[in-house]
Amino acid sequence: MTLTVNDLRVHYRTLRGEVRALDGVGFDLADGEILGLAGESGCGKTTLGKSLIRLDGRMRHAGGTVTLDGEELPLSDDRAMNAYRFHRISLVPQYSMSALNPTRRIGRMIRELLASRGVSVDTGELHRRLALVGLEPGVLERYPIELSGGMKQRTVMVISTLLDPSVLIADEVTSALDVSNQQAVVGALRGLRDKGLVTSMIFVTHDLGLTSHIADSIMVMYAGKLAEKAPTKVLTTEPRHPYTRMLIGSLPQVGARYKDKPLSGIEGSPPSLLNPPAGCRFRDRCPLADSRCAEEPPVVEVAPRHSVACWKAA
Amino acid sequence: MLTLDRVTKTFRAGAFGGGSTTAVDRVSFSAAPGELVSLIGESGSGKSTIGRMVLGLTRASSGSLTLDGEQVRPGKDFYRRVQGVFQDPFSCYNPVFKADRVFALVRRAYHPGVPDQEWAGRVEKAVRDVRLDPGQVLGRYPHQLSGGQLQRLLIARALLLDLRFLVADEITSMLDASTRIDVLNLLAGLKERGLGVLYITHDLSLGTYLAERTVVLRGGRVVERGDTQKVFGNPLHPYTRTLLAAVPRLNQPWTSAEPVEACAYHEGGARDTDLYETEPDHFVACAGLPDCGRTSA
Repeated sequence: MTLTVNDLRVHYRTLRGEVRALDGVGFDLADGEILGLAGESGCGKTTLGKSLIRLDGRMRHAGGTVTLDGEELPLSDDRAMNAYRFHRISLVPQYSMSALNPTRRIGRMIRELLASRGVSVDTGELHRRLALVGLEPGVLERYPIELSGGMKQRTVMVISTLLDPSVLIADEVTSALDVSNQQAVVGALRGLRDKGLVTSMIFVTHDLGLTSHIADSIMVMYAGKLAEKAPTKVLTTEPRHPYTRMLIGSLPQVGARYKDKPLSGIEGSPPSLLNPPAGCRFRDRCPLADSRCAEEPPVVEVAPRHSVACWKAA
Repeated sequence: MLTLDRVTKTFRAGAFGGGSTTAVDRVSFSAAPGELVSLIGESGSGKSTIGRMVLGLTRASSGSLTLDGEQVRPGKDFYRRVQGVFQDPFSCYNPVFKADRVFALVRRAYHPGVPDQEWAGRVEKAVRDVRLDPGQVLGRYPHQLSGGQLQRLLIARALLLDLRFLVADEITSMLDASTRIDVLNLLAGLKERGLGVLYITHDLSLGTYLAERTVVLRGGRVVERGDTQKVFGNPLHPYTRTLLAAVPRLNQPWTSAEPVEACAYHEGGARDTDLYETEPDHFVACAGLPDCGRTSA
């Protein structure tokens, strides 16, 4: 196992109390696995990604452990995490446009970044990695403003993986790109994994269609908790959790027409995580909910590698 | 009825405006009342520039844009009938004011004479029309509302005017899968009420879900347009095929686009026009094959 997350709880401190954005999530990430992380806004997927890298001032590690290659990560110790960040666990942020320094040429920025980590640049290796994601060595001489969105995203991917991290977290890296760039970026991410430059990857997105093209397994989160986790094929063809089913049902396929069959969204909105209600958090929006759902459903392994947190799934 | 006739937009670019970029190149199409036209293209295809020209935010360099026979002329009277909703709902609100202030601004500019009571009724109706609960959204600050709610409030704001035409520029790209469908179904509802909608998107599946007619753009030029079923049921231009093949589908591997054997434009015998009509309401541009224009001279 590259990464083992056990009952992780991360809360946001606000003036009105603690928002329980991540409320007891546990999963394993195997060597070479790409895990797709899906769910609505506010389900905790970005919080999960961020907690593995850096807890910002508002975030509090409220419990649980994260083990990377057999070592427990010191999540709440910002300084101690420096030894892991970028070296062992790395992130590609959503808006690569704002992750690049606009006043530096790409090459100089990479040199400065690596120097700050005490690593020297191997130009040949850098060129090889740029080629792997489909970029010319010439981008090193350019300013960020001279690159397109897709190129910037791929540049950041190369920078994030320069030190061959064990885990790469790709947070909504494709949401600002158009379809053909999405395809290129997803292909490049897979290439990084296939070439062994990163061991495993967590691919965070709300686009289930795209996730199914890159991920080996998919984890669906709802309101800070795990709803369902299964191999990609199983999750997309035989989902057990009603939320997963509705999420897949709301995906428009090419050729679907409003006139023929209007798709339906999921009524209502997720509960406030300030004081989340007891029991299953999806029950107010769930068509199958009954009195039993007032009790919190445990995460149960219904089939090998297929876990669901729903009373109705068993 | 919105009609674009050979609309071109050239931007000056480069140091001291020396060079120029043609963002939109001789684009023609029309959108009737009660019709949703989707404008599909990648980044840099000029789709947003077209939306901005329709809204009068940018002037066309040449060609004509008319709405119900009149030239597009930005002004109060024009914006009573034509409104736009954009990609990022969060940047459309002032974070220090309550979100429903957007309604107060409409009242001050367009309906100053309306008494309080009546205005409150109208706002409530518009909010219900976009399938929101007035009690839940009115009197809240932008950060207390979700992206989908804010986006729908902006549509409600447009409905308070005598709206005839709506430009929706990537309005769902920042929303979740399930909220996205709610907003799209809402657009379909508006269309059924007789509104014309220009829906700008890069997502083919969303475009085909709603639109009667589709315009596919590449590098500022129309490559294929017409009836949605015809354009995507039988794509004739290689670019349309590439776009279709790039859409991620659940449980289906990405396929490569089927190559185009012959240029439908030249096969049909078209010469001097921009697009060739291969069947009723299905227009295609030259495929740009190596032997184009030379085979059947």
